[in-house]
Amino acid sequence: MVVWCPDWSVVAALDEAERSRRSPAAVLSANVVEVCNGPARTEGVRRGQRRRDAQSRCPDLVLLPANPDRDARAFEPVLGVVEALRPGVAALRPGLLAVRAPGSWYGTESDAAATVCQALVEADVWDVRIGIADDLFTAEQAARTAGVQGWEIVPVGGAAPFLGPLPVHVLQQDGPQGRDLVSLLQRLGLHTLGALADLPGDAVQHRLGAYGATVWRRARGEDPALFAARTPPPELEADVVFEPPLDSVEAITFSVRTTTERFLTQLAHHQLVATGVRIEAESDAVVCSSRTWLHPRHFAARDLVDRVHWQLQGAGSTSGAGSSLRARKDVGRVRAPIERIRFVPEVVEPAAAHGEALWGAASDDLVERGVARVQGMVGFDAVRRPVLQGGRSPAARQALVPWGERAVDLRPVDRPWPGRVPGPAPVRVFATPPVAEVVDDAGREVRVTDRGVVTGEPRRFRVGGDGVVSGGPGLPWQPVTAWAGPWPTDEGWWSGGSGPSARFQVVGADGRAWLLLRSPEGWSLEAGYD
Amino acid sequence: MSSARSVAALDPARSVVEQLRERVAAMERKPAGEPVPTLPGLAGLVPLHAGAAYAVDSASLALALAAGASQAGEWIGFAGCADFGAEAAAELGIELSRTVVVPDPGEHWLEVTAALVDVLRLVVLRPPATVDERTAGILDSRLRTRSAVLVVHGDWPRAEARLSVEGSSWRGPASGTGQLEERRARLVVRRGARPPQRTDLAWPGAREVVATPVREIHRASG
Repeated sequence: MVVWCPDWSVVAALDEAERSRRSPAAVLSANVVEVCNGPARTEGVRRGQRRRDAQSRCPDLVLLPANPDRDARAFEPVLGVVEALRPGVAALRPGLLAVRAPGSWYGTESDAAATVCQALVEADVWDVRIGIADDLFTAEQAARTAGVQGWEIVPVGGAAPFLGPLPVHVLQQDGPQGRDLVSLLQRLGLHTLGALADLPGDAVQHRLGAYGATVWRRARGEDPALFAARTPPPELEADVVFEPPLDSVEAITFSVRTTTERFLTQLAHHQLVATGVRIEAESDAVVCSSRTWLHPRHFAARDLVDRVHWQLQGAGSTSGAGSSLRARKDVGRVRAPIERIRFVPEVVEPAAAHGEALWGAASDDLVERGVARVQGMVGFDAVRRPVLQGGRSPAARQALVPWGERAVDLRPVDRPWPGRVPGPAPVRVFATPPVAEVVDDAGREVRVTDRGVVTGEPRRFRVGGDGVVSGGPGLPWQPVTAWAGPWPTDEGWWSGGSGPSARFQVVGADGRAWLLLRSPEGWSLEAGYD
Repeated sequence: MSSARSVAALDPARSVVEQLRERVAAMERKPAGEPVPTLPGLAGLVPLHAGAAYAVDSASLALALAAGASQAGEWIGFAGCADFGAEAAAELGIELSRTVVVPDPGEHWLEVTAALVDVLRLVVLRPPATVDERTAGILDSRLRTRSAVLVVHGDWPRAEARLSVEGSSWRGPASGTGQLEERRARLVVRRGARPPQRTDLAWPGAREVVATPVREIHRASG
């Protein structure tokens, strides 16, 4: 039995984009329509069309990027539904699955098809077509001839008569190899599978090669190819239930220790390690706190216990003062008694990829533990790991990633980043740039015009206004001994950025250099070459 | 019985006093015992020793002191440096993957620094407030037992040496042209009551400046 959900990647993409499944849509890859759905087809959109042609046929076409992973992910629940009815499901590709026909358990084959169909429709998959036949190829063709939520049953031994009248186009589903063969067969004057099947086998083998011979056997209904059923994925989650519910973080972290060990042993049993884990805490049967933690290497039991601690602590303290040590009273309390903690492995990798060196990494381990202690004192996100990334301003070119997290969404460093300030990198980079003032000879504020022209020679500057700004340096009025610039940039104009601005390198009276930014709001001190 | 509990027996072949002296020295962990790698430009003037604290007055000096240890494969940390310039650190050769930054430890800077000193070889600290003798003493004893180096950006009552920058000048920018290229500065090292030592350094890289034979060519008048 083959279950076919037509245009699956469009369905999956529309669901992900939370659009109606009835709107005309197409999945594009390399600017060419790969799959389109029924409404789009009625407007004249076809597979293989270029994006512009497709849009001119149907202006309100929803364009979606191709993503095979998404399609496979969205297909997983469908597999689950069918698996619940009859184990031994094989996913041929996203949108197409095969399973051995459930035999007489549901009555006739037609009843079985109806049962599967109904289960899938209940699971919100509307366009389902089912084909039942002796072999895989015939069953797939049968599914393709069936109507929406319908089924087509090819009786035992009826494959050849069923396939005979089908046009050779159906082979196009087999990818480039199939398309080549279709073109060749048409040029040879063979328009139906039946015509191909009537040819002598050895001639087909000689002229069309191994693939042609396979197709010839399929067309005669002699291809016994079935499928390898998948083994259901192993259950790798672990949870711990508290009875009665616990309301103290300390008690909870103490109790999850054995569970984390069991969770990791279970993964290790499959030669896996977890590098991303979602921790869910439930209270009153509702998930009250859920967070995904990524580990730069892979989780050990101790790391997971720490993560539980931080997560519950973070959820409990509403003030969330990251910088200060949380008061002891707050630390021990969670908002509601927790009755269940669940560990869900989000990213697992083969353990072989994370093997330790033969002599271990003892000193690094020591550092990890020491840093975890600091995190326990000042909070998880107060300890950072510096990483470089691409950008124009000094502050944008670096990122401080919380210790024990993996850096995500970093801008690539190896791009040119036009408009960035040349020269050595500044030693001090202010996260919140203090306000500055720069004036020319006549005491007027120096400005930069829209065309990047500086209105006057910078003569004097100061930082921090009249009072010293806390956190940043305050510099009294001092003469400019040398300056360079401007380096104009206009970042984020497409999404309401700060507007055109320019950067200056300014050397003060004491020989210290500073990086000043002139933006439409005024001057500010971005960095120092202290 | 109790006296012979865990102490290894003395070697009868050597003088008892000498051996006891060695033991006491080992317990005290003399700072001079273990040198910590330093950048070649600084090694001659400020050799870092485990267990000592050094006070600097500029962020680039603090980075330069930390760079040698990081290049040699040690873990380093920065506490209280909210304006840590990662790119400048990487340019100096600091290995960012072995660097821990606590940008804002707040009022608990002492505990945080002490915990970092436990596991890291070199910690750069910018104390948020003035430090009294007692606080410095607590951290100093921790430094000695853990044989770590503390570089303080600011003042420190018990500093082994105080490093400051004098007469900094930049080559490159003029009035609106050019760009920052090279910085020359004189490094002054003060140790207690001894006369200060001076050397010329050049950034980027905190290199020692070798006296150039020809400084300036004056065109002959006339």
